[in-house]
Amino acid sequence: MIPEIGHFLLWLALGGSLVLGVVPLAGATWGRADWMAVARPITYALFALVAAAFACLVASFVRHDFSVLYVASNSNTALPLQYRIAGVWGGHEGSLLLWVQMLCVWMVAVARFSRHLPQAVLARILSVMGLVCVGFLLFMLITSNPFDRLFPAPADGRDLNPLLQDPGMVTHPPMLYMGYVGFSVAFAFAIAALIGGNLDATWARWTRPWTTIAWMFLTLGIAMGSSWAYYELGWGGWWFWDPVENASLMPWLLGTALIHSLAVTEKRNSFKSWTVLLAILAFSFSLLGTFLVRSGVLSSVHAFATDPRRGLFILAFLTVVVGSSFALYAWRAPTVGLGARFALLSKETALLANNVLFLVAAGAVLQGTLYPLFLDALGLGKISVGPPYFDSVFLPLMVPTVFLMGIGPMARWKEVELPALALRLRWAAGAAVLASLLTGWLAGEIRPVATLGLMMAYWIFTTVATDLWERIRPNGMGLSIAAQRVRQIPRALAGMMVAHLGVGVFCFGVVMVKAYEVERDVQMNVGDSTTVNGYTFTFRGVKELQGPNYQAVQGQMEVARADKKLTDLHPEKRVYRVQQNPMTEADIDAGVTRDLYVSLGEPVESGAWIVRVYVKPFINWIWGGCLLMALGGLLAVSDRRYRRKQGVQTP
Amino acid sequence: MKSLRFLVPLAIFLGLVVFLGAGLKLDPKEVPSPLIGKPAPAFALTRLDNVGQTIRREDLLGKVWMLNVWASWCVACREEHPLLVEFARKKLLPVYGLNYKDERSAGLRWLANFGNPYDASLFDQDGRVGIDWGVYGVPETFIIDREGVIRFKQIGPITPDVMRTQIEPLVRKLNG
Repeated sequence: MIPEIGHFLLWLALGGSLVLGVVPLAGATWGRADWMAVARPITYALFALVAAAFACLVASFVRHDFSVLYVASNSNTALPLQYRIAGVWGGHEGSLLLWVQMLCVWMVAVARFSRHLPQAVLARILSVMGLVCVGFLLFMLITSNPFDRLFPAPADGRDLNPLLQDPGMVTHPPMLYMGYVGFSVAFAFAIAALIGGNLDATWARWTRPWTTIAWMFLTLGIAMGSSWAYYELGWGGWWFWDPVENASLMPWLLGTALIHSLAVTEKRNSFKSWTVLLAILAFSFSLLGTFLVRSGVLSSVHAFATDPRRGLFILAFLTVVVGSSFALYAWRAPTVGLGARFALLSKETALLANNVLFLVAAGAVLQGTLYPLFLDALGLGKISVGPPYFDSVFLPLMVPTVFLMGIGPMARWKEVELPALALRLRWAAGAAVLASLLTGWLAGEIRPVATLGLMMAYWIFTTVATDLWERIRPNGMGLSIAAQRVRQIPRALAGMMVAHLGVGVFCFGVVMVKAYEVERDVQMNVGDSTTVNGYTFTFRGVKELQGPNYQAVQGQMEVARADKKLTDLHPEKRVYRVQQNPMTEADIDAGVTRDLYVSLGEPVESGAWIVRVYVKPFINWIWGGCLLMALGGLLAVSDRRYRRKQGVQTP
Repeated sequence: MKSLRFLVPLAIFLGLVVFLGAGLKLDPKEVPSPLIGKPAPAFALTRLDNVGQTIRREDLLGKVWMLNVWASWCVACREEHPLLVEFARKKLLPVYGLNYKDERSAGLRWLANFGNPYDASLFDQDGRVGIDWGVYGVPETFIIDREGVIRFKQIGPITPDVMRTQIEPLVRKLNG
């Protein structure tokens, strides 16, 4: 009974979203306040319907209702409770429901926190989001109903993919989807502004916090996915340029560009048509990612069950949404106007260059991701484009981006005196060069590419420090004044600094891992030991283990440094009973300056094992940097001017 | 006319849709490669598992052999691999790998993990040999006859169907 209720609720939600997509929009067009007024209550109702349907699916999982096809394919009686709940988004159908659920969360948030918007604007925004919701609900109900029944019901389910049975599964997809879907808010604001013709600085100020929050979630989601891949896949890597990873990276790059572009539009009223285009693009790339992941046109480690009908539907949906948005853009954007003028050397130019670089980077990722598809479409076969392409394309794009990142915050709007700016930054530049050489020397070897990378990281640190220093310089007035000035820094500015520092920390981690990690594959008998970077790993054999739904072989590895025992590591190889795939569970001794990473390879004759041992310097800085970026976003949206606005007026 | 540039995003997008749509429909098909019927390009590469040993094109003259281009970073290779392992067991012909734009350790580890069907893998770190052989991407597979002439090329993973209906008959024919 529960699945039928859920299914029915989804149809009701479809009806609700259709009304939401049409009535308030029509009301805004013909100036009917009563039609516009339905937007908010319907949004709440829609949220309630989808949440109830979601609860139905959760209930089916928790109660082991294997008569539901989706539950039977993604759960099992032996599956622990937390993974039964996370299993809801473990497959295509349920993750789509999560997508819609997140969309509804954003819609409710917009309805709730945008009371200060003019009624027509809010009506248009919610309508546009309602139309997006129509598309996804239709997609789910026509091609991917999570509540489809299976008769006769099997005695037990096929189990959740063992790769997904990990704490990461509980948090990573919701975070990621929250970010993906969050760009729909900026998108809806942009479309509403294009329709209404009120594309101005106010529009940018409304859009900014929403975009920043979505970006924050996306940043966290991607970081979680990356750290999950690091400890779960057993390859020791943290980013694989897999199509699905790229599908999340592209909206992130565009979202980052959008955040910066919005700043210019808000402060200087410039770049308006460009900002709108980015808002449309960011969400379009989220949709494109959905298409790539679920249509089966590309092969990836994140395989969803594929079905050509689904691909066709999403493609049609993508065409309608993105095509009509671009058409609207082509029609309305020419009337927007240019905004304030600025000189060739100015903060505006630096931010524009940043935008172009991010857009080009996203384009390069898109090209690398779709290249196999293009060849496939031209009948040239299926291939993989791998890290060599992305590495060689990405680095040259990121070097100027980071360089500008140091300059941009310190440059003035409208016009910059280049010699003066160079003078202000001379210490930062010198310190960055020296620090990078020193780090290389301390790490044991100065390498050209690594030094360049480290220079980028230090350049961010030193320019942020210079910027901060210039803002609080005590001028001989003592440190207490400086402390007071620090507190006076607006949150938005502090957020920017923290986020930029995060990028520096991230770069530092990436460079150190790439340049100075040591990996060793060794065949070890019981009692053998191997020394990597001063750490001695001694293999003490393996033992059998029983998990709740798997059997495992657990290795015992003793780690010592300078004859002093540090820790024991227990990498596992698991075989999950139902699906019978072997899983590698690496064991990691994490640290601020290095991770010790051990994973079990294959057994060889006479009790020996192939063991993989890595020492990865500063790898946690990669995710730490992402956390800082997200924290910066949080600080920025908590800025006083956004908080003040909340209380202003309600209709 | 200035407003025409605002149509650019729409135009690009529609072009993309055509490809995405075609991607849904079309299956990988083989196209005749310009290299088929031509002598295999020369190479001299070290063995993946032994820096000290170099293999040249001339070393392989006089036998029918297969060259399979692979890399540890290649997802499609992983798909193809079990089939190749099974094929190698039949010992129809020597199978050589071209480890393309890879790291030695990553390549060796990949073979240790997924099985090694190759008599030897040639280590082509900078991809120069790959370029000479006209490699579009990874994986690709070539069959070279006794005179050193390329007789067959597969772009993308070998499917069981291609293996059964094209590769195996061709190898039998070439081996007489």
